[in-house]
Amino acid sequence: MNVVIEGLRKRFGETAALDGLDLEVRAGTVHGLLGPNGAGKSTTVRILATLARPDGGRAEVAGHDVVREAALVRTRIGLVGQHTAVDEVLTGRRNLVMFGRLAHLSRRAARRRADELLDSFGLAEAADRPAGTYSGGMRRRLDLAAGMLLAPEVLFLDEPTTGLDPRARAEVWRTVRDLAGSGTTVLLTTQYLEEADRLADAVSVIDHGRVIASGTPDDLKAELGGDRLDVVIADPGDLAAASAAVERAAGARPDADEDALRVSVPVTDRVAALSETLRALEDARVAVADIGVRRPTLDEVFLRLTDRSEKPEEALR
Amino acid sequence: MTAATLRWTVLDAWTMTVRELERRMRRPGALVAALAFPVMLVLMMGYLFGGQMDAPGGDYREFIMPGMFALTMAFGLENTFTAIAADASRGITDRFRALPLSASAPVAGRCAADLVDAALALAVMIVCGLAVGWRWHEGAGRALAGFGLLLLLRAALVWAGVWLGLLAKGPESVMVIQVLVWPVGFLSSAMVDPATMPDWLGAIAEWNPLSATVTACRDLFGQPGWEAHSWPGEHALLLALAWPLVITAVTLPLAVRRYRRLS
Repeated sequence: MNVVIEGLRKRFGETAALDGLDLEVRAGTVHGLLGPNGAGKSTTVRILATLARPDGGRAEVAGHDVVREAALVRTRIGLVGQHTAVDEVLTGRRNLVMFGRLAHLSRRAARRRADELLDSFGLAEAADRPAGTYSGGMRRRLDLAAGMLLAPEVLFLDEPTTGLDPRARAEVWRTVRDLAGSGTTVLLTTQYLEEADRLADAVSVIDHGRVIASGTPDDLKAELGGDRLDVVIADPGDLAAASAAVERAAGARPDADEDALRVSVPVTDRVAALSETLRALEDARVAVADIGVRRPTLDEVFLRLTDRSEKPEEALR
Repeated sequence: MTAATLRWTVLDAWTMTVRELERRMRRPGALVAALAFPVMLVLMMGYLFGGQMDAPGGDYREFIMPGMFALTMAFGLENTFTAIAADASRGITDRFRALPLSASAPVAGRCAADLVDAALALAVMIVCGLAVGWRWHEGAGRALAGFGLLLLLRAALVWAGVWLGLLAKGPESVMVIQVLVWPVGFLSSAMVDPATMPDWLGAIAEWNPLSATVTACRDLFGQPGWEAHSWPGEHALLLALAWPLVITAVTLPLAVRRYRRLS
């Protein structure tokens, strides 16, 4: 285990940002921390990166306690925060050399490391331009490179693709996959389920400062009840009738999406559910525009889980 | 502190200083604008207001220069504040804090760079002052001591600026600092005789750290000053040394503590 968190607590005034959070991250894996705004993702990362002190519980990073051995932890981690934290007046190269010196690399080692990183992050050509002239994706890569200066054992990425366009996002994803491939443990927070799905070996869903579910992305999808059946109707007026028909056929309450005119329900037997639902819809005289069975998306898992954590009596465990 | 940590603390502070100086080299326009401000201050005060104002001992432009020097040092607080608040709001401070560098290095680097700025501004103002007829009359040694007092005041205000900058939500809050600094700047003996103010206001102006530096400088440069009618007025040199030390003793620990406890 490269990150171990036990019963971590942190309050900001009246609100409990972390309320007994437990988490373990295996060495060499990418672990996704998934949750809505204010769930405690960033607070967790800030405590692990020694930027904030917990009020209770304990956390170890690379075998060192983040409070008692903060200085040791700092020599083993890289942090890429929500903002791109580079000096926009200095060039990309000067940024990396400066942060390398501050990470206590020798002058020569800092220069060599900056060159290596500029190469591997595809910034060699832009190396001598001020970082302020970079595109969003380039700046983010420079930021990632700065986080990688010490070839850290554990890299924290706090919403690394927030605010990036799809192309830049893909660039960052590729970079993170490469890093993980080279043995770095990555703890990544994100609001984008697609991001966790693409990158993470394991995901912990957190809400209100606690982990409410964890597992591989596939585990989490399976937990929601396996496959889902979607019916898209032709006439908005049929939504209630379609929901009732689908509920009768599938034996579970469907989610109805008024905007997409879609009724969606978890099913176990794909083929039987499909034929029974079609028959029920026909009996109810609902015009169907599209129907299909598919795996759930992480978005659905996420909404379902965070919805459940709002109501403690229906809690997952 | 072992020799190795001490060595790294010095090197870290140096790295931060180099960063700040490099930023200035890369933005010569901003540097020129920053230096134009004190020049404007001298010309404005000397020629715009100078005709109207009566100075003790005659020449208002000669009289006003120590006040202008000290005001420029005081306004430097805004630069420190803005730079610190900008780094903090953009996450650069977090990156520093997650690195194994000592907590005092970013603050020390900031101080060194700001003192270079202040020395540059002071040099420009001295040239400007000489051009409009200001002179030091008591020898180069006492003149240098005066400049030293001015930089000492500026250094003390670096720590205050760092502390306030770390408390701020973002560089935009510099407005708040201006609201604080300008009255403190003008509520002094820099331009107006405290004796002409209401008693209570005059007392505040006499005790203002800026007044101590201004009065001590006028004495060291051999410029005429307001008649001293109070303890702070008669002990300006002592206060010009003591005030910066007091400000440092209070705000430096606050700044380092705030840096460590940011969250």
